[in-house]
Amino acid sequence: MAVAKKQTSAESMILMEGVHKWYGEFHVLKDINLNVKPGERIVLCGPSGSGKSTAIRCINRLEEHQQGRIVVDGTELTHDLKHIEAVRREVGMVFQHFNLFPHLSVLQNCTLAPMWVRKMPKRQAEEVAMHFLERVRIPEQALKYPGQLSGGQQQRVAIARALCMKPKIMLFDEPTSALDPEMVKEVLDTMIGLAEDGMTMLCVTHEMGFARTVANRVIFLDKGEIVEQADPETFFNNPQNERTKLFLSQILH
Amino acid sequence: MQTPANVSRPRGSVWTDPKVRAWLFQIIAVIAVVAIGWFLFDNTQTNLEKRGITSGFSFLNNSAGFGIAQHLIDYNESHTYGRVFFVGLLNTLLVSVIGIVLATILGFILGVARLSPNWLIGKVATVYIETFRNIPPLLQIFFWYFAVMLSLPGPRASLEIGQTFFLNSRGLYMPAPSPSDSFVTFFGAVVVAIIGIVLLTRWSRARFEATGRYFPVSLGAIPLLLVLPGLAVLLTGNPLQWSTPELTGFNFRGGWVLIPELIALTLALSIYTAAFIAENVRSGIMAVSHGQTEAARSLGMPAGKTLRLVIIPQAMRVIIPPLTSQYLNLAKNSSLAAGIGYPDMVSLFAGTVLNQTGQAIEVIAITMSVYLAISISISMLMNWYNKRMALIER
Amino acid sequence: MSTHTFKPDLPPPLLSVGVLGWLRANLFSSWFNSLLTLFAAYLIWLIVPPLLQWAFIDADWVGTTRADCTSGGACWVFIQQRFGQFMYGFYPTELRWRVDLTLWLAVIGAAPLFIPAMPRKAVYGLGFLVVYPLLAFWLLHGGSFGLREVATSQWGGLMLTLVIASVGIAGALPLGIMLALGRRSDMPAIRVICVTFIEFWRGVPLITVLFMSSVMLPLFLPEGMSFDKLMRALIGVILFQSAYIAEVVRGGLQAIPKGQYEAAAAMGLGYWRMMGLVILPQALKLVIPGIVNTFIALFKDTSLVIIIGLFDLLNSIKQATTDPVWLGMATEGYVFAALVFWIFCFGMSRYSMHLERKLNTGHKR
Repeated sequence: MAVAKKQTSAESMILMEGVHKWYGEFHVLKDINLNVKPGERIVLCGPSGSGKSTAIRCINRLEEHQQGRIVVDGTELTHDLKHIEAVRREVGMVFQHFNLFPHLSVLQNCTLAPMWVRKMPKRQAEEVAMHFLERVRIPEQALKYPGQLSGGQQQRVAIARALCMKPKIMLFDEPTSALDPEMVKEVLDTMIGLAEDGMTMLCVTHEMGFARTVANRVIFLDKGEIVEQADPETFFNNPQNERTKLFLSQILH
Repeated sequence: MQTPANVSRPRGSVWTDPKVRAWLFQIIAVIAVVAIGWFLFDNTQTNLEKRGITSGFSFLNNSAGFGIAQHLIDYNESHTYGRVFFVGLLNTLLVSVIGIVLATILGFILGVARLSPNWLIGKVATVYIETFRNIPPLLQIFFWYFAVMLSLPGPRASLEIGQTFFLNSRGLYMPAPSPSDSFVTFFGAVVVAIIGIVLLTRWSRARFEATGRYFPVSLGAIPLLLVLPGLAVLLTGNPLQWSTPELTGFNFRGGWVLIPELIALTLALSIYTAAFIAENVRSGIMAVSHGQTEAARSLGMPAGKTLRLVIIPQAMRVIIPPLTSQYLNLAKNSSLAAGIGYPDMVSLFAGTVLNQTGQAIEVIAITMSVYLAISISISMLMNWYNKRMALIER
Repeated sequence: MSTHTFKPDLPPPLLSVGVLGWLRANLFSSWFNSLLTLFAAYLIWLIVPPLLQWAFIDADWVGTTRADCTSGGACWVFIQQRFGQFMYGFYPTELRWRVDLTLWLAVIGAAPLFIPAMPRKAVYGLGFLVVYPLLAFWLLHGGSFGLREVATSQWGGLMLTLVIASVGIAGALPLGIMLALGRRSDMPAIRVICVTFIEFWRGVPLITVLFMSSVMLPLFLPEGMSFDKLMRALIGVILFQSAYIAEVVRGGLQAIPKGQYEAAAAMGLGYWRMMGLVILPQALKLVIPGIVNTFIALFKDTSLVIIIGLFDLLNSIKQATTDPVWLGMATEGYVFAALVFWIFCFGMSRYSMHLERKLNTGHKR
């Protein structure tokens, strides 16, 4: 098994095979097939309600899929909590609304999981946290509380918090949608920096400029299906599908 | 202002100056309050004189001359009214404390149950809450007292549990402990165990911070609490002597007895208040957004740690202020004791003592002051807590 | 250019929807959850069947005396026989139509207030609030214009409960609003007076207030001026309740954005016009649910008048259960009382929740 695991992880970081999901009677995800290689940077886009957030939330099982297979870094997601938590340790997630813990300082936000999940000594956890806070360029805010920071700063803390777990994969669920326009750039710059370091990333975003510069692959979802996927060059300049074209014309004006 | 700036203000406009008006208004208000106060005071003086009642607190030193069914401090008929007050106050506190403990436990269980993903549990909790919070507490007290406690069989036909607990219309009889010779050793062992737990907690915390490995304190604390005192018992014998209640003639002797009034009152108040606490707990937990849980879970934190480190600390900030006001309500509602004759402060002091002495003003003033003192000190404590715990924001 | 053909929506797997899916998700999602379900089912089984057995299956419904209750279950004959007393107290039987009429007038009079499209609602409401109490007092108490006098000592039962609760709230409202305004005033002396008054009444239990109004009020008043028992209780209830109303109204005043005050001041309105025309109409609308909630609390608290010897619903029932002819009917009596109180309180709390939802949607931005 160990050999098999090595093999799969070498060729694919995330593997989704025939994934279906329903909310009650509503069919949200239809036969999603996706293979993400290590270091790949993927942008998911699509109209609202197309299932793009649901798709990436299935990867760390914040949502449960009902059919098909999801394998993350060689571990298949089943009902077994051990597997789910193992996957979640390796997959960082950044939310639209930051979801920082308001009762903890920025530093404590970053050290909480490393200490309680990774069993890291406090001193070391704080060093790691400061390292990543420096990376997102807000080490001076370490002792403040989330409520004292601006939206852009909060989102950068959220990114640092996820990085402190030293994840192999980062998921971004519309990280800039809740931000004021002038703060979008500071968050995107942080994400670009991350991409340059070779992090495997899946981003749900409407920032097409970001997709153009960073992504290896852009995936267009509509009505719960993958309608089109291509490298950004082809995707933006020569979309193959009418739905994609329509969507792009709406979003790029 | 319609008048241009260069026109001098006409004389007499002081009366339309808001500042002057405010002063006038306040002076009038103060005079009115003082006048009403004087009017009441004066009437009272004349009325008291006419009825031949001397005001003052000297009556507190007079002998009361009546017995009290439940007293936590030594009391008999020859004791003073002052002592009656303390007996009543302690009885009020007894009901309040037991009630608060029971209501908190029941309320938290119900509040969590109402949010349970289990449909049936959620519905049971909802039915409980909606039933009991919409029935007046006094009615619930009457129900437990008149319909349940008083219709229990008499002492000779008591309901019994293992020959040690006896429940009948005169109350719940239970064994009473008294310390024996070996109590000192036992007590010493308990103290040592507690010190051990404190040290263990410190060590566990230090180790966690140093190595990241967490040692659950309860894993050491429970054996410590069991083994040390247990050893003391094995070595020196039973630390407590139990006197069990026995039926002699028409009633039980020995042991402790919870009088039916106390049982009815605490049951009713706990059940009633628990329904409100459950709602506070529910809204406190719901105030923590689902995103918090998702964020913690996405960091790989297990459900238990998410609850302990992320959800509960945030929910408690929301729960504690309304919780204290429920505690205050329970303490105030304990005065409903007067309805069934439980000897609390109101029924003893504002009831019996007032009737016997006729010192209405003094008695009511003392009673109200006690409640006011409790309310004010709790709300001051609450304000301090809120300031300390408020989430820091810009 | 290709067009994507979307796959058809498939039905979800059987285990996740329908009865089976529902059961799995809501009752048996894990072993712990299944255990909880079994525990809850056991609790229900323990309580509900015996209760139904007692209250319905084994109950006696028809008869005139205790001897007619032979089935071993609840003896509803008792309630049926004493129903009049529970509703009207000692109000003379032949005059009870006056109580009914008062109630019907309230229902008919208040009905237009619940019609959303009704024009000039505020004017009508205020008029109703002034006219109705006078009319109600005349109908209930009589003593003039050809109606026989019925002393308040004869009032009782549910009728008295309703009288105390509604007079209590109607009297407490204006006082409470004034106190709330005073507490928010810029004038320190006014603020101190109001805060002291509010915190005093909120700090003491109602029962001590009732004791106070029954034994101390006669001492406070000059010679020759005296109130009957009901009046004294009402004064206590109004003072007590006004403090709670004040706190509710204060919440509403705080919820009004500062801009409203500034806009009103900019229009040159003085304090009373600003409050009366701009601030209070908005604030009071916001606090209606809160006022309904204090009314529920007051309604439950009216049962305390038993302590000073008034015969409200609870006391009427308590007295009836001590009647030698009907001894041992305490359970039936209190269950009936609980049912009546519950229907009123639950109904009002639903109404207040409905209002809250309605207000919330109106204020969403």
